[in-house]
Amino acid sequence: MEDLILRYVSRIVVPFVQLYGLYVVFHGHLSPGGGFSGGAIIGASMILYALAFNLAAGTKKISHDLSLILESSGGLIYAGVGLLAIFLGANFLGNMVAGFPLGTPGNLFSGGAIMLITLGVGIKVAATMITLFYSLIEEEQATDEHH
Amino acid sequence: MTELLQYLLMLFLVVCAVAVARIRDLLAAVIIFAAYSLVMAILWLLLASPDIAITEAALGAGVTTLLLLAAISKTRREE
Repeated sequence: MEDLILRYVSRIVVPFVQLYGLYVVFHGHLSPGGGFSGGAIIGASMILYALAFNLAAGTKKISHDLSLILESSGGLIYAGVGLLAIFLGANFLGNMVAGFPLGTPGNLFSGGAIMLITLGVGIKVAATMITLFYSLIEEEQATDEHH
Repeated sequence: MTELLQYLLMLFLVVCAVAVARIRDLLAAVIIFAAYSLVMAILWLLLASPDIAITEAALGAGVTTLLLLAAISKTRREE
């Protein structure tokens, strides 16, 4: 697993993949993509990093506990924005009716609460991918030590 | 021209699907499944659905393959 080319290429590629993932997440209301697609791209970039180096290097960047916390907080952001609309006097996940500023259509900061919702979904999906991968690999290494 | 490309990709898709179902080596099956997902992503793009294409490329060709590879590394490679 000590592949020099793989390590250098992934070290160069991973930041761009993450930047593209953030672009897809933040432009979810303007262009194709959104929380799920962008979150999957960010999660795949972290999995690539942990695969190219090793699990210890990956958990140094995002530990298993942190990914669990991020996974829960992503869902909480989604539900929190929905409940905020209820407190502002609209239905669950109400947007314009609840008084979120809409901005000019086509701008990055437009669409009211959509960007917050997409951000929550993105965090949730990315953390879910990373947690799934960590759970599979960590269990494998634990069983290896038993043998 | 695009229609011809679509038919070629669909043919490749059917070949990949049959190969995944019939091959005995699980590692090869996972790799063929990744190729299937990649072709499916291109087809989604040609069918004017770029949203699904991004998701298919990231999930089908990326994360699913990695998770299946991790599962194979925990179990046997042969069926």
